[in-house]
Amino acid sequence: MGFHYELRFAGVGGQGSLTAGTILAHAAVFHTNYYATQVPTYTSQVRGGAAKADIIISDTPIVFAESTNVDFFLATHQKAYDAYKGDLKKGADVLVDSGLVKVPDEDAKIYKIYEYPLVKVAKYEIGNVVTMNVLAVGICVGLTHVLDVEAVRETVKEEVPERFLDMNLKAFDMGLEVGEKFRREGPTKK
Amino acid sequence: MGRIAFLNANAAVAEAALVAGLGFYAGYPITPSSEVPERLSKIMPEKGLPFMMMEDEIASINACVGASASGVKAMTCTSGPGFSLKQEALGMACMFEVPLVVVDVMRGGPSTGLPTRPSQQDIMQARWGTHGDHPIIAVAPCNAQEAVFETIRAFNLAEKFRQPVVLLTDGSLSHLHTKIYIPDPDEVEIVDRAQPEVDPENYYPYDYNYEVPPLAKWWTEDGKSYRYHLSSLIHDKTGFPTVYPKYAQWLLERMHNKILNHRDEILKYEYYKMDDAETCIVAFGSTAEAARVAIDQAREEGIKVGMFRPLTIWPSPEEQIRDIASKVKQFIVAEMNLGQYKLEVERIVGGRAPVYGVSQAAGVLIRPSQIYDKIKDPSKRVEIGLTEEELKRFGGGE
Repeated sequence: MGFHYELRFAGVGGQGSLTAGTILAHAAVFHTNYYATQVPTYTSQVRGGAAKADIIISDTPIVFAESTNVDFFLATHQKAYDAYKGDLKKGADVLVDSGLVKVPDEDAKIYKIYEYPLVKVAKYEIGNVVTMNVLAVGICVGLTHVLDVEAVRETVKEEVPERFLDMNLKAFDMGLEVGEKFRREGPTKK
Repeated sequence: MGRIAFLNANAAVAEAALVAGLGFYAGYPITPSSEVPERLSKIMPEKGLPFMMMEDEIASINACVGASASGVKAMTCTSGPGFSLKQEALGMACMFEVPLVVVDVMRGGPSTGLPTRPSQQDIMQARWGTHGDHPIIAVAPCNAQEAVFETIRAFNLAEKFRQPVVLLTDGSLSHLHTKIYIPDPDEVEIVDRAQPEVDPENYYPYDYNYEVPPLAKWWTEDGKSYRYHLSSLIHDKTGFPTVYPKYAQWLLERMHNKILNHRDEILKYEYYKMDDAETCIVAFGSTAEAARVAIDQAREEGIKVGMFRPLTIWPSPEEQIRDIASKVKQFIVAEMNLGQYKLEVERIVGGRAPVYGVSQAAGVLIRPSQIYDKIKDPSKRVEIGLTEEELKRFGGGE
């Protein structure tokens, strides 16, 4: 098998995990010439239920589209972390919101845990909590190099509403920087 | 040239319906099917086509039956609970013999069940949900691209056989976003219902001379107006009721035979690595994709296993399954329900080979690893479930 990468973006309904997944999948399909699938799962609660999007990016057609061997996991809520950590690969990159998710110590031995105050930074430093998903996409790309930065940046431009564009590009660049730093320095929770 | 888009299967079904010539949509939204009307509600008004958001599922399908009887291609879309409500009118559509496409995006049941989660629990409902000896066609695609072509095929079959067709997808497939190709109408076969060759005064909607009598449009382009009667009662060639026993028997047999005598045009199926297979997995829809991965893995270890995948669920591919039964040692039917299609396979196989099941109705996809484990040991239970210890501390919730 050539290139095959599985990502899972999980949060609670309303946080934007599904949008974040769509951005990466679109970047893979329309700007990188990969195959990609995105499967969202949510509960019947509009807000507050655990929600996830599984994204698979591959250089060959994807047959079974649910992630069963996750390379990168984003969790922005404890409920989502607990519910969806089951399919992670050993040594998977795990990005969590440090204010909302408490990662058990034993998990840090299996996965590479990166903690970052996503919500706080989106709300107070960037200026709007809705940018959190793009911030997370930036960190994901900076950390994993799963897709070309410019391909993802182009997709962000296409996907976010115009009036939020500057804010989101700022979030994306900030995320990239954080991601690259994580890549250099390794997990935050040892 | 068609176009390429990154869509989920619900949106793909909506786009494909328009390619097939959809002229009327009426529906009532329900998770996980709502992206179908959502997309159509944007596109259809722009094209000048009627889109009706109805007060409920019952009114929706009745509106579609009426629209179709007047001469346009009609579709409605729902999920399990809504499909239950539509059954009465679905039977009426079978009796009227009007073309109709009913999309059922299967979610966990019974009742309101698991609203956002996938299942394949409506297999038998698609066949026998409405009462009486009615004929039915049901098709089940396994991915978003196939959903495009199966939607078009569903319309074609409906038009050709004057018959309601059920398109079965599931809550996972319907939300699976992937790159798909949407063809232009001139790239695919589009069937329109046959029109009468006689003038309105000599026209009968159930003309005895046809296996599938032409269903006239109420008005034609050259200004003719065909007016006729449709009855949900047993009716004669005029469409008015009759109780003549010999005739009632003949009508029902004709309605079945118009489907069963044309299985070669209606059945669609796939053999996957079946040439030398000793174990045959039978799977359809999303589950078939999991089976494919499991089979590839088992084949790498030299296990002779393949898959028979019906795309047409009803009528059953009886001849094909019977033929496989004479060649393989065992069947494994994998489906997201407690063994509905397994019953049908058992009926057809008729004891010629053992039929095992991966019968999981948990609201999650059956995974390739589960099917792989079943291939390795068919007697083993592979469905997920609570252990006794888990049951003791299980507090519900997520």
